Amino acid sequence: MNEKDLRTIIEQVLAEMNAGGSAPAAACCAAPAGEASQVEEGCIPDITEIDIRTQYLVEEPENGEEYAELKFNAPCRLGIGKAGARYKTLPQLEFRAAHSAAQDAVFNDVDEEFVKAQGLFIVQTQCDCKDTYLTRPDLGRKLSAEAVATLKEKCKKNPTVQIYVADGLSSASVAANIPDLLPALLQGLQSFKIDVGTPFFVKYGRVGVMDEISELTGADVTCTLIGERPGLITAESMSAYIAYKATVGMPEARRTVVSNIHRAGTIPAEAGAHIAEIIKIMLEKKASGTDLKL
Amino acid sequence: MILKTKLFGHVYEFKSVREVMAKANEEKSGDKLAGIAAETAEERVAAKVVLSHLTLNDLRNNPAVPYEEDEVTRIIQDDINETIFNQFKGMTVSEFREWLLSEKTTTAMIRHASRGLTSECVAGVCKLMSNLDLIYAAKKMRVQAHCNTTIGVDGTFSSRLQPNHTTDDPKGIIASVMEGLSVGCGDAVIGINPVDDSVESVARLLKMLDEFKNKWEIPTQCSVLAHITTQVEAAEKFGAPLDMVFQSIAGSQKGNEAFGVTAQMIQDGRDMVLSRGTSTGPNVNYFETGQGSELSSEAHNGWDQVTMEARCYGLARHFQPFLVNTVVGFIGPEYLYDAKQVTRAGLEDHFMGKLTGISMGCDACYTNHMKADQNDIENLATLLVAAGCNYVMGVPQGDDCMLMYQCTGFHEAAALREIFGLRPIKEFDAWMEKMGFSENGKLTPKAGDASVFLRK
Repeated sequence: MNEKDLRTIIEQVLAEMNAGGSAPAAACCAAPAGEASQVEEGCIPDITEIDIRTQYLVEEPENGEEYAELKFNAPCRLGIGKAGARYKTLPQLEFRAAHSAAQDAVFNDVDEEFVKAQGLFIVQTQCDCKDTYLTRPDLGRKLSAEAVATLKEKCKKNPTVQIYVADGLSSASVAANIPDLLPALLQGLQSFKIDVGTPFFVKYGRVGVMDEISELTGADVTCTLIGERPGLITAESMSAYIAYKATVGMPEARRTVVSNIHRAGTIPAEAGAHIAEIIKIMLEKKASGTDLKL
Repeated sequence: MILKTKLFGHVYEFKSVREVMAKANEEKSGDKLAGIAAETAEERVAAKVVLSHLTLNDLRNNPAVPYEEDEVTRIIQDDINETIFNQFKGMTVSEFREWLLSEKTTTAMIRHASRGLTSECVAGVCKLMSNLDLIYAAKKMRVQAHCNTTIGVDGTFSSRLQPNHTTDDPKGIIASVMEGLSVGCGDAVIGINPVDDSVESVARLLKMLDEFKNKWEIPTQCSVLAHITTQVEAAEKFGAPLDMVFQSIAGSQKGNEAFGVTAQMIQDGRDMVLSRGTSTGPNVNYFETGQGSELSSEAHNGWDQVTMEARCYGLARHFQPFLVNTVVGFIGPEYLYDAKQVTRAGLEDHFMGKLTGISMGCDACYTNHMKADQNDIENLATLLVAAGCNYVMGVPQGDDCMLMYQCTGFHEAAALREIFGLRPIKEFDAWMEKMGFSENGKLTPKAGDASVFLRK
């Protein structure tokens, strides 16, 4: 929906509200001064559907068309006008909506039923809760004793590639991307006839936990699909971190990263195919990260 | 010195000044992550009691990293005026706190004292201050600096215009610059954090900002916040205009190594701008800091994040910078857990910077995995202005699309100026009036219309 449509709808709603206001007040009690309010049919438009690149709220701009065109080049909250030296109400609410999505993505856990429906079993790091996860990155890089036992029991030993999903800093990212991303990746690897281990889900997982997982499963390549820290533009961005024979304590530079996976970035299905190709090259070159020229 | 006290009859004995300094801190998740925080609320107070009895001499004699091992310690210690230090060295931290707060102690007296204080002394007294103490004492201190214009003059409050862009797109950046200027943002500096930090790209952005600044005769200064050696190379190879040089710094040599920087590189950058830059000077350095960066690079030597932060300011002072700001909520909840800790850290850093004698600003900000929101950051910005902070940041509506964090928006400086009766830097104020964006320090209805700059 563009700004013009939105304005039209708001005007309509306002007009209807005014019309409704003139109806007689309920008789039972003394109405407060002014017009009575009634609950009406209708739905206020979704402010999160507004495209901030085309939104332009400055009143009577001198060269509005030219600035609207210029600001289209910036994915920022520009052309927002002002109320005194403060913000107008609509952009203020848009900002709060974006932040609410980011906060929910970070602080809510991934729905376990959803994870199971993707064919993944769940293991946990040494973090006992979200709070520990956020304040103790070291514990988010280590598997719990129970997780180690579960992985030893359930995972195929020494696969060529081990794929797993982790919540990272965005539960919304897991929910939004995994249903398309994981099958696309597995399919891609299958088409290259690359042997894949048993996929699973790590709760409260940081990127570094992949090193312990790599040592535990004995995979040649380990790949984690992990939720990125949300920004206000999207809370659903996911990254893939991939490493050839990762070991605990190895330099960060040995990881290859595919970032910005979400519906407005690299779309999940496309990203899956891309990651499969990277893994294929990694296996051929027996290297990853800065050691691997892609 | 005595490292032992009783509280409620319970004996608390500390092994070292280092332990006292760490445990005397207000609660911070970063000190807990480092495993050095007070274990109980009572132990925290016991450490404060012991600290209050230490002398400034004790603190100077116990630098966070030994003199022989660390160039930051050497710079801080060697910059001390021994005559002034001798006047203060016998004071306990408690006495020094009260001296700072005393009605008899003037702005000039504190500036004089600054020259005799090591960063450990600055951090020590900070730990005995309540939040309002930090505001009250900081309000007394004023530090001015001059690049093209003078920042920090009494009655002014400034802001950095931060027009970051996800791809460094020149049109997108200029759109942002225009809108920020139209509401009075950018008198401290127009400074871009580049995505592409290649020499060519940094040179291009510097030239673009300079051209815009000259075309519209904007009395301010510009910067592109790449690595200091990149900025210098951009000037040398491509003739990029440098008003100042930027660098992120840490409070130990090892921490600076993680940023790939040495004191010599900073000195070289400074010399380069003074001899071949585009600004008047003499203050041509811009530094950013932030509690926790030393721990994140395992360069804290077992010390707490407040002391390590104070040492950044001790290092910065050596170069007489135009701007220094802590990026107070950027590092994440493992260092500053929530709004309460970010607020405390912002006030601490601002106070410590000023007491060190540098032109201090603050990037009051938060990431989305922190328990904080825009209201919290508006609160902090308001407290900082009450404390006489030189400048804050300004990004479109507080949302930095490139660094993926939120800080103060373009409109905040204007609102805070109106609330506190402050003005932008004088020449910039006059420029805004000339452009029709403000009248007598208040935004006009025309303010916020960036399209004014697209006049044909």
